[in-house]
Amino acid sequence: MNETQQPTATEVIADGHVKAGHAQEEPMHDDHSHVAAHVNKYLMVGGLLLLFTGLTVFLSYVDFGTHKMNMAVGMVVATIKAGLVAMIFMHLNAERQLIYRILVFTVFFVLALFFLTYLHWYDPISR
Amino acid sequence: MDIPYTTTARPDTGLWNAKIGIWLFLASEVMLFGGLFSAYVFLRLDALPGYWPHGLLNVPVGTMNTAILIGSSVTVVLAWAALKMRQFNRYKIYMGITILCGIIFLAVKLAYEWPDKFQHFGAYIRQDRLEKYEEYLGNHHMLERGLEPRVEITGHLHNHDALHDPNIHEYEVQLDQVNAAPTDPASDRPHFWPLPKSQKIAVIEKADVEHAEMFVPKHNTFFATYFTITGLHGLHVLGGVIVFTYFWLPIGANLYKRNPEHLANRVEVAGLFWHFVDLVWIFVFPLFYLL
Repeated sequence: MNETQQPTATEVIADGHVKAGHAQEEPMHDDHSHVAAHVNKYLMVGGLLLLFTGLTVFLSYVDFGTHKMNMAVGMVVATIKAGLVAMIFMHLNAERQLIYRILVFTVFFVLALFFLTYLHWYDPISR
Repeated sequence: MDIPYTTTARPDTGLWNAKIGIWLFLASEVMLFGGLFSAYVFLRLDALPGYWPHGLLNVPVGTMNTAILIGSSVTVVLAWAALKMRQFNRYKIYMGITILCGIIFLAVKLAYEWPDKFQHFGAYIRQDRLEKYEEYLGNHHMLERGLEPRVEITGHLHNHDALHDPNIHEYEVQLDQVNAAPTDPASDRPHFWPLPKSQKIAVIEKADVEHAEMFVPKHNTFFATYFTITGLHGLHVLGGVIVFTYFWLPIGANLYKRNPEHLANRVEVAGLFWHFVDLVWIFVFPLFYLL
């Protein structure tokens, strides 16, 4: 499509960076210098995730009173980790509107699914 | 013929096509794993007292595998960033590490974790015979401490033939620590470092057993869900490794020479899938290994 604006391979390998501003049609967050600035952030988030993994393991051996409470603590930490992965690694902190619209439906339906499971507690036949 | 909108945004969506494609796919994946996880919640909450085992999985190994998967999530995003900055050699290195991490994860799962379970034996004792095996179950002691009763005796099965031979009437089990010293809180599960098996051998009569087999999916609900969910997750890891390898081979370099942005976008999309697989594991690990 915009093939003419792409740098050739030799150009690229020679200086390791892209010169041509081929990305006019692309959103700002894909800008190359921007990507470079994000590399440290990715490493930091990776470290944070490892830290949280250690925390999950540690907290599972701490007695929070009831097993349900331990379960809740474990799930909170897992949700924080999942949030970090989704926001930073999957770029959901700066994505296009359409993606969010797709995800709103996903969240709705997956919650509905869990809600149906939850409803079985009130099933007069199984209880 | 060129595939349209691989690097440029489609005017009506504002996105290149594969990006929407992968997110729609991930949405369906959320429902797939969501179904399994909601089944897990359902089964676990309804398990009878003592019937949801704890601490049967190797926590250090699971933690290591978690770290490996997180590490690979970092390297795949770095591989993408390297492509964006047009540093192909770096891309090759980061992608290579990612593929290696995926393979190690699978190897640990298939060569150690699963086979280890297949070599572990468990016998559920009939409700009316629990008292007979009190010295291995310690249920009086459990009751005093307000804990759920033990209904299973586990360990290494010495007479493996007993599983299939109807003429053998008992199982000889080299007991796990928890059944060798059932009233010692120190032998209670869970443990971070798995305890070695005791030297004590118990003879369990088949007539007293509700059902007994190795730790295979049919052994109990825990292992049924464990093997199903980790199995499906493992297939996803395998799929990711295959796609990454495809991009890592010369075919990736050729695409890079033609259109580097296209390869970057492909890696981004495959990376999104990989992060999702990581995300699923973030929930699998505490639910099955720890809690």
